[in-house]
Amino acid sequence: MDNDDLFAGTKCKWIEGSGPYADIVITSRVRLARNLEAFPFPQALTEVQQKEVVRAIAQTLDSSAVKNKFGKFRLIVLNELTAIERQILVEKHLISPEHAELKGYRAVALDKEEMISLMINEEDHLRIQVLLPALQIHESWRKANEIDDLLEKNLNFCFSETKGYLTSCPTNVGTGLRASVMLHLPGLVITKQANRILSALSQVGLTVRGLYGEGTEAAGNMFQISNQITLGRTEEEILQNLSSVIKQIVDQERSARELLLKEARSKLEDRVYRAFGALAHARIISSQEAISLLSEVRLGIDLKIIKNIDARILNELLVTIQPAYMQKLEGRKMSPSDRDKKRASIIREKLNVKFL
Amino acid sequence: MLCEECQLRPATVHITKIINNLKSELNLCEECAKGYKDEWGLGIQPAFSIPKFFAGLLDEEAGFGTGISQGYRQESKCDRCGQTYSEFTQTGRLGCNRCYAIFGKRLDPLLRRIHGSIRHTGKVPGRAGGKLRLKREVESLRAELEQLVAQEEFEKAAEVRDKIREVEKKLRS
Repeated sequence: MDNDDLFAGTKCKWIEGSGPYADIVITSRVRLARNLEAFPFPQALTEVQQKEVVRAIAQTLDSSAVKNKFGKFRLIVLNELTAIERQILVEKHLISPEHAELKGYRAVALDKEEMISLMINEEDHLRIQVLLPALQIHESWRKANEIDDLLEKNLNFCFSETKGYLTSCPTNVGTGLRASVMLHLPGLVITKQANRILSALSQVGLTVRGLYGEGTEAAGNMFQISNQITLGRTEEEILQNLSSVIKQIVDQERSARELLLKEARSKLEDRVYRAFGALAHARIISSQEAISLLSEVRLGIDLKIIKNIDARILNELLVTIQPAYMQKLEGRKMSPSDRDKKRASIIREKLNVKFL
Repeated sequence: MLCEECQLRPATVHITKIINNLKSELNLCEECAKGYKDEWGLGIQPAFSIPKFFAGLLDEEAGFGTGISQGYRQESKCDRCGQTYSEFTQTGRLGCNRCYAIFGKRLDPLLRRIHGSIRHTGKVPGRAGGKLRLKREVESLRAELEQLVAQEEFEKAAEVRDKIREVEKKLRS
């Protein structure tokens, strides 16, 4: 799979980066957990049964009803990939870190735009994920729901009248819906409001995580906010609750940015240009330093302090400076110090710093 | 992020050390982290798992005051996948859809703790039949009716009441 665009390209739908509130909201993701009645949950299956699950879902995806609506899905068996290739799919947010790591026969089906990914034999038989750029959480749900409707015509999903869709972990039971929005909040972090605002979210049934989901730290001022509750509320209620909270946070972030521009413009400009300078000139850069400097440059672009750089480039860089992606590109295993050099050169090239 | 030690597996253990204001970071996978010892000579504690944590809340063996009956109660076991309730409290994962029926009431306190509710009100798959959809419609109309009565909007309430009768008729047929 050496020239495969999936592992070497950046055409992922979310990377396009346009849409409502794109200056603050990076992505909107909806994920539906579903299980097939005919089988026990994935971790209780033999590899032969896991293959049957993959086959049953793949067959349905091959039906004309699905193809007419969403085009042809590409089925990728994760076991047939190298660890690096699986990690690239994680870096592109097309599969979860758990899905890359789990044992047993598992697969992912992707649409052409790399917007929809159907994870098969993750914690549940099927996880329908729709990932869009900017604040389009309702649009993501509409698409995921449509796929779910088409699939259930052929597949019998575990469903109970009182408990809803049954999932391997009781934290997902009911709607099986997890909606997450990735936010870039440098204004709230600089003005030291982020912790206060984000820690209040648990009171409205929402949780906050870092860039790569469960158990990760918030890097580059990126925060992922998602619903915790999946049972006892309708899908619309869950999405409405999330999006109204997101809009409030966006407003807070906007006023923090305005305040910074008004009260501390030169300090802010200094910070943004220093970050840009470091990225434009560095010869060695760690992933953590790069992500935090890119956050400041992103802020500079959003506030029009830096012009002539397309914000899309920053989304691309979030993927192309990751360890697995770089190693695949180079076609060899790289030591951390090799990677830090390569990373610096990728960034210089992308920022198109010709004058040096 | 891949493990800094083996470069093979994703890093899931993140160690931040601050000594005399000097911050250093280390990102390891679970395997490599097992070999890591801190300045106290202690290893890394296993990852904190939320499902396990929630399930642990229900582990009556470790709970309060259930005392005497312990050991006499029969271990419930799913007749489809063979998972026992105590296995569930270990892993936080159920084995199959039948587990929900078998462990039924024992799961409710956990669900209430996680979700604040034990009853699904969202999407119903088409094949689960029109009946359930109609039942749900009656429920939501009843709630609307109550609200209208409370607001003393009796004319609108009468309309909603008629709608409920219509749907109920469909349900009986």
